[in-house]
Order: sequence, then structure tokens, then C-alpha cells
Amino acid sequence: MREITFSEAIREALREEMKRDETVFLMGEDIGRFGGVFGVTKGLVDEFGEERIRDTPISETALVGGAVGASITGTRPVVEIMFADFLAICMDEVHHKAGKWRYSHGGQFKLPLVIRTAMGHVFGAGPEHSECPEAFYLHSTGLKIVLPSTPYDAKGLLKTAIRDDNPILFFEHKLLYNMKGPVPEKEYLIPFGKADIKRNGKDVTIVTYSFMTHEILEASEILSKDGIEAEVIDLRTLSPMDRGTVVDSVKKTNRVVIVEEGNLTGGVGAEIAAWIMEEAFDFLDAPVRRVASKNVPIPFNPIMEGFVIPNTGDIIRAIKEVIQIDH
Amino acid sequence: MKISEEKLLWIYTKMLTQRMLEEKILELIPTGKLTGHFHLGIGEEATFIGACAALEDKDYLLPTHRGLGCVIGKGISLNKIMADIYGKATGTTKGKGGVLRICDASLGVLGLSATLGGIFPIAMGAALSSKLLKDARITLAIFGDGQSNRGTFHEALNLASVWELPVVYLCENNHYAISMPQRKAMAIKNIADRAKGYGIPGKVVDGNDALAVYKITLEAVNRAREGKGPSLIEAKTYRWRPHYEGEGATYRDTKEVVAWKKRCPIRRFRKSLIDLKLLDPLQDEKIKERIAQEIDEAVKFAEESPMPRPEDALDDLFSSSIME
Repeated sequence: MREITFSEAIREALREEMKRDETVFLMGEDIGRFGGVFGVTKGLVDEFGEERIRDTPISETALVGGAVGASITGTRPVVEIMFADFLAICMDEVHHKAGKWRYSHGGQFKLPLVIRTAMGHVFGAGPEHSECPEAFYLHSTGLKIVLPSTPYDAKGLLKTAIRDDNPILFFEHKLLYNMKGPVPEKEYLIPFGKADIKRNGKDVTIVTYSFMTHEILEASEILSKDGIEAEVIDLRTLSPMDRGTVVDSVKKTNRVVIVEEGNLTGGVGAEIAAWIMEEAFDFLDAPVRRVASKNVPIPFNPIMEGFVIPNTGDIIRAIKEVIQIDH
Repeated sequence: MKISEEKLLWIYTKMLTQRMLEEKILELIPTGKLTGHFHLGIGEEATFIGACAALEDKDYLLPTHRGLGCVIGKGISLNKIMADIYGKATGTTKGKGGVLRICDASLGVLGLSATLGGIFPIAMGAALSSKLLKDARITLAIFGDGQSNRGTFHEALNLASVWELPVVYLCENNHYAISMPQRKAMAIKNIADRAKGYGIPGKVVDGNDALAVYKITLEAVNRAREGKGPSLIEAKTYRWRPHYEGEGATYRDTKEVVAWKKRCPIRRFRKSLIDLKLLDPLQDEKIKERIAQEIDEAVKFAEESPMPRPEDALDDLFSSSIME
């Protein structure tokens, strides 16, 4: 199968969906001629024109609020928010407007809108350009949250997102953009709420998503040499969340480590750990362990950045701790 | 501009309907049957109804929180409105959004942002849809003076003007944002002057003169429909009631309130109709009787309507449809 990058996979999904449905359009800062600060939308303006690939001024609230207005009146906006940290600028539009408009108005409206945004650390981007803020929005109501880890998943999930009639937050990790992977030329879609087991194992279940999936796969190979076989579950979507796949795996391995790049307190791992206790407590041979960033902003200096964000070493240590607890 | 007799009587009837419905709410509040807060627009009927009179059925409206007049003006039935006021399952929001969120997608009423100022980008986005779909609809956004101080105002008006979108932003300037007088909130006298910053027309109008509001809104609506872009209108008016019913309004001078009450928009409009021989006292009584009857029927409908079931609270969050 051919291999393309994560960026190319996203661009293909955008292009195919725009060709398929002329009500799909893009808005964002520098997404036109410039092609987006990460180059994802490069060339689309030549193909679809400035009416459908709309460069915007620095106006995040107008972008997301505008997408809400457009989505309830017959078009399907795909907004690019340059950095996921910037979602905080338009939190009212994301949390209250996109998340609650349908509900507050008695289910009268559909909101087919996608917010694509770049998240995560990328070697010294600093405290307001490195965040993984998905936990904030997991706490919101009415939003679907998608975080692909491979080019294949990115394309299939984005196509599903654009066709979905609900507001979607689509997080793209910056360190994934140049990563290559197999993507079929034939059209495919990936449904939401279906986790993907990226590695089978019998000794411990690792639950994760997005870029951390790769750190874990690397750690798993190292552990395999010590005879520890980790099962790696890539959730792919946090809302809806595939609890079934996680619980089934816990029943088999009896041990869980949850890994995320966002900071620990109030994080996604806290939520997952809580319902594993509620739904699979009897199957656990060790306490659930969380690996996440330390509770500080992501610092600029790469040495400090590397210390704050979990790496394969942190993951291996956590897995070994969980394994060594003998029931 | 020649305005049809039918349109004039429509404006009068709708203004009266708003006034009488809101007076009915004042009667009902002490009965304890209603829940929530009521932000009544008594005294501001000319602004809401005059503006709505300039819209076509297919056009979009985003009302303000003092906006019962707006939703009446866009044609939502009194039964549905009253059911929303009672929080009943038969209301437009089925008890989810209450009196503030009364809307009807089929009539182009797109809903309310209860965080004030949220309306500006949403209206911009609706107008963007119309531009992309070439559906010849325009979007009217009605908001108070207080809302115009949000940053969203700037972002949305800027983008709407750059993109020449078919949207009309109409400020219902009643001079107070709860207790905050306009003079303490901004260094300019006319909010319409802010239009200069976006290179779009900004017009001030007497918000208690329904005809003037209608004409100036129609001008902006026509301009938008011709593809010439957005406008900002400021209708200067006054709310007779407190910010919400039950509030101890201590921040306004009684003399000021009395002076504005002397400028009742309905009395003024009635006089013009009588002068034009379009209305006589007998007809006027008949119109009032008919409205009173409609309101009584709406109250009956609402009271007899079922409450939502508690578990209905779990519905309507997501649309289950995936576009094929």
C-alpha cells in the first residue's frame, strides 16, 4: 500500500469531502495561499477558490461562532484553529455555542461543523503553543472529540467528522504531521467510538490516543524483550468513548496504565480510571496507574519540556510498577 | 416610501401583541406558575416590531434576550411562545431553553445566545451560509447596547464587512446594561458611530418610532440583499421595566422613566393610524379584543400542555444523523 504523511492524509480527506459536497468550506488563519502554518491546506485554494477556502484575520471567536451560525443554516464549515491552546480564546463559542445550541433550542438545529486544531509539544513552542487541552472539552457536553494517531486514522476519521451533523473537535498532534503511514487510495471511513488495538498483549493494558500511542509502541517493544507484552489501545475518539474495548482488555490483562500528554490533574486519565474502577474493579490486580505531563505549563527550554512531558522511560517505569504489584 | 395599509396595521397589531403579552406575563408572575427570569421589552415595541417588519419570511433573525417582540414579529405562534414561558413540552425548546431561547428554525428564528454578545459571530456565520448558498436571505441580529461592548462585536462586524455579508446588526439601545448607563460604558454618544471602524453604514434612529425603524431597517436589508454588505443601526429607546422582573431598580431617575413613558411607541403609532384614517376607536377595540382572546387561548394551551418528563432532559444533545 502507498504511504503518505499525516498532513497529506488530512488534506486528502478535506479535498475529497469538498469535492463530494459543495456546502463544505474551510475557514482559518493563513490557510489559503500560505497553506496553513503547518502546511496542511496547501494547494486547496487553487483547487476550490477563495470563496470556499477562506483566509481570516486573527478572530477565533468570530471563526467558531461563525461556524456555528453557518452550520445551522445549511453549510458545513471546517474551521482551523492554528494552535489548540487558542481554543481558550473562543471557549464560549466552543463550549456554550457549539456544544449547547442544539440542546438549548429543543433539538431544532443540526451543527455539522468541524474544528481542526494542532496540539501538543513541538520542541520549544512554549506555554501557549504546546498544550493538549482535550480534557477541558471532554468535560463539555454536546461535542465529539477526535484525536487520530496515524495517517490512516486521520483520513478516515476526518471524513466521518465532516459528514457528521454534530460539532467535532479534531485534534492533530504537531509531531504527527510529517509521520508517514499506509493509506489506501480507495475511499474509507472510520466510525467514531471505536478504539483501535494498535498492539496485542496479555500482561498489561495501555490506554492512550494521539501522539503518545507512538511513544507507547516504542516502550512496548523494549518491554517485550523483558517478556512483558503490553496491549496498546488507541481510543481515537474521547467522545464518544469506546469503553467496551478497554474493559474487555482489562478483563484479559488485569492491569492498566493510562497515558496522556495533557497535564495530570483533572485529565482524561482521571476520567478513564474512574470508570474502570466502576466497571472493571473486580478484574484489577493492581491499582490503575496514570502517566501524564507534570502540572505546570509546557516550558520553552527543551530540557525542561522533555522533563515535563511523559517519555518512553516514564511509560516503561509505570508499566513495570503495575506489573510488579503481585496480587 | 409608500407603505401599504396592510403593513401598517400589521406593525400596529404586532406591537400591541407584544405589549399585551408582556402585561399578561406581569399578571402571571405572582401566580407562581412561571419559572425563570423575565426581561420585558415594554416600551420598546417599535424597535423590535419595526425591525422585523422589514424582513421576508425566508430571512433569518437572531433575537435579543428582551426579545419577545422579535419572536412575535417573526411569526412564532402565541401558543408556542406561552408554552415556552411555562417550560412545557409543547414549547419550541421543549422546556430546555425557556423563555430566552424561543426559536423556530422553520421561521428563520435561529435562537439566542444567553452569554450576551455571542450573537454577533453566529449572525455573521448565518449570513456567510447565505452568501455561499446564494439563497438571497439576509440575517438580522438584534442586540442591546451592553452587548455591543463585547469583543465578539468587533470580530464579527469586521469579518462581516470584509466579506460583504448580508447581515444587519440592529442595536436596541435602551441606555442601560442592567445598571450600567451607556455614558459610563463607552466614550461615544452613538453606538452607530462604531460602523466607521468597519467601513459600513451606521445609522441612528428613534427607536420609539416604528415607521422610522421599519424604513431604516428595510434600507439596510435591501442593501444587504443586493450584495452590498452589512449595516449597523442604532435604535434609541427605553425599557419601562427593570432589567428583569423582581429586580429592585434603583439606578434610574424616576423623572427619566416618566419622561420616556410619555413617548409611548404604541400610542404614537395609533395616533398616526387614526390621523391617516386607517383606524378608528371601534376597530382599535376589536383588535385589542382579538389579541386578548389569542393570549387567553395561549395561556390555556400552555397550562393544559404536558410538562416534559424528567428523562427528556437527556434528549436533543446530539443529532443522530450522519449525512449520507
